Amino acid sequence: MTSPYKDKSPLQQGKVMSHLSGEFLNYRRIWLLSFILTALFALVPVIFFALIDYNLTQKSMEQDAEARASRLASNTWRSVSFFLDERRNAIDYVARSNTRAQLSSSKRLAAILSELRFSFGGFTDIGIINAAGYQEAYAGPYKLAGKDYKDQAWFDETMAQGTSVSDVFLGHRNVPHISIAIRHRSPNGAAFVVRATIEHQLPRIFSQLKTTHRGDIFLVNTQGTLQTPSRYFGRVLEPLGMALPPRTGETKILSQRNDQTGELIIAYRYIPKTPFVLMVVKSKQALFAPWHEAKTQLIKYLGLSISVILVWIWAVTAYMVRRLKNLDRKRAKYFHLAEYANKMASVGRLAAGVAHEINNPLAIINEKAGLIKDMAQFKAKYKEDTRLHDALDVILDSVKRCGRITRQLLSFGRQTQTIAVPMKLRTVLDEVLIFLTKEAELRKINISMDIPEDLPSVICDHGKLQQIMLNIINNAFSAMSAKGSLTITAQKQSGDMIAMSIADTGCGISEQNLQEIFEPFFSTKTNAGGTGLGLSITYGLVQELGGRIEVKSRVNQGTEFTVYLPTKQKQNKD
Amino acid sequence: MKVLLVDDEKELVSTLAQRLGFRGIEADWAATPQEAIALLDQNHYDIAVLDVQMPGMDGFELKEKLESAAPHMAFIFITGHGSEECYHIGCSKAGEAYYLVKPVDIDSLVEKLNSLKDKGETK
Repeated sequence: MTSPYKDKSPLQQGKVMSHLSGEFLNYRRIWLLSFILTALFALVPVIFFALIDYNLTQKSMEQDAEARASRLASNTWRSVSFFLDERRNAIDYVARSNTRAQLSSSKRLAAILSELRFSFGGFTDIGIINAAGYQEAYAGPYKLAGKDYKDQAWFDETMAQGTSVSDVFLGHRNVPHISIAIRHRSPNGAAFVVRATIEHQLPRIFSQLKTTHRGDIFLVNTQGTLQTPSRYFGRVLEPLGMALPPRTGETKILSQRNDQTGELIIAYRYIPKTPFVLMVVKSKQALFAPWHEAKTQLIKYLGLSISVILVWIWAVTAYMVRRLKNLDRKRAKYFHLAEYANKMASVGRLAAGVAHEINNPLAIINEKAGLIKDMAQFKAKYKEDTRLHDALDVILDSVKRCGRITRQLLSFGRQTQTIAVPMKLRTVLDEVLIFLTKEAELRKINISMDIPEDLPSVICDHGKLQQIMLNIINNAFSAMSAKGSLTITAQKQSGDMIAMSIADTGCGISEQNLQEIFEPFFSTKTNAGGTGLGLSITYGLVQELGGRIEVKSRVNQGTEFTVYLPTKQKQNKD
Repeated sequence: MKVLLVDDEKELVSTLAQRLGFRGIEADWAATPQEAIALLDQNHYDIAVLDVQMPGMDGFELKEKLESAAPHMAFIFITGHGSEECYHIGCSKAGEAYYLVKPVDIDSLVEKLNSLKDKGETK
């Protein structure tokens, strides 16, 4: 096996291994960290933009609501002004189209009133008041002819400004009324006032307008008394209950919080030449109901997209980290393989070196003892000394035994070479078993071999084959407690293959574990120093040799590994 | 039959020569390749038994040298190192049967010497 780490000492590689196993513990943390960081970078912009969008939408909704309230206030103001102007113009027309004398006639005035009623509706009475405040003529339900208005505020105002509109008051039949007065001049230059009382028709106009979003439109006078009924503030002539905003020439917005009504948007406008302030009220809560709905929807979508993003990131990071873990494990496996090969090579070199160094003195002992034996045989003096001969035979036999051992050590050392050559399965097995026979004897493990003499040679790398056998037999030994038997058999198979099976009577492997035993780092002996690499290395080696490995096992009955090996050279060697 | 033994282990070759002598095989020995070449100049040998690993010159090189001086000679190799590579080269040069691993059994060496001698005679 070639490896870039071949020259590294086993000690250094041991460090590499422990460093790697340290790394293995951190995958959960790596995964968590990358998940959190990725999620953070993905979600922060999403949430940030959602918040911005939320605020912008809310702001524009608010502005929109205010604009709508303001627009409604302006339009309503126009309607109210138009309504009042129409009445005022009607009165003005009456004053212009009749002579002063005609106007002073109560009869004529009654006719005019009925025409006004016919044309406009709502006119209750009409009166002519001279510059001194004395009502010269009157037509209407009350007997007000001759009444003196000189000290009344509305009279002074009319005389000063030319026109006035009164506050709402409960007049005829307890119906709210307003009166409109206009100052006029007769051809002789004397001023007089035409004053008409009309039924208060504005609530009806407003009720047609205030339809949506719990809106409210009402008039309030400058004293803060309600002039039309209000949904939020009370009935006609009740106090408004809040300070009036300052007088301005255009429509303005203010907002008010109220415990019962919630937050209100109020658009208001002073109606010129009248004591009235028009107010349009909208409930923010009602206005924002669709916005709240949209908000809920937005949050729902945000939540959904965040979940999708999180699930996606979770899946991707989990996949990446799993791949990283697998790659690291693969890397560690190769490190380990290299280390293992290196170790085996070192052991091989050591064995070969020791054998070689011992062989030479052994050869000398052999020759010297042989010489003594020769001399003893050829000299009559020692010929009959059986003790001498026995001793020499023992020496020579022991030398032979040493020779056998060193020869096996030497062939074990040959594994450093990586040439695939034909070799006898039996020979390699013998070499491997020399290391194990003593242990087998001690543990009363019976080793039986049945390998046919005519079994074809296998084309193998010597060292790899040794390693395969060593690994499997070592496993078999550790599976068996004291007493047991190891059976090694081999048969020729079709297709230039032989099958070598190594069966033990050990503890066996459960069906569940059986599927994983060739996986790297799968070990049931992790506490007892197992790395979980032995069988995965064996599997890899068998594949490198162009063979395959199978396993059968029953718990408490034993395990049988069958290795198929080629007997012909493959074209594509690793 | 006259045999030349070459091995850098002096004790080994000298004893081996002596033992072969007991078995009626005349053997000279040399502890270095140079000595061996010198011996060949003066004597005639049928077979040379060469150690594969020797300082200065290995057994195969020495074989080439000896063979060029005495083409009729047969060779047996003995080695203390049984590496695969050596084994293959040794076998291809000497034939599997004539490549022996130390410690060598004297009887099998004698047997091999005899069979080589017979081969040489039938040639």
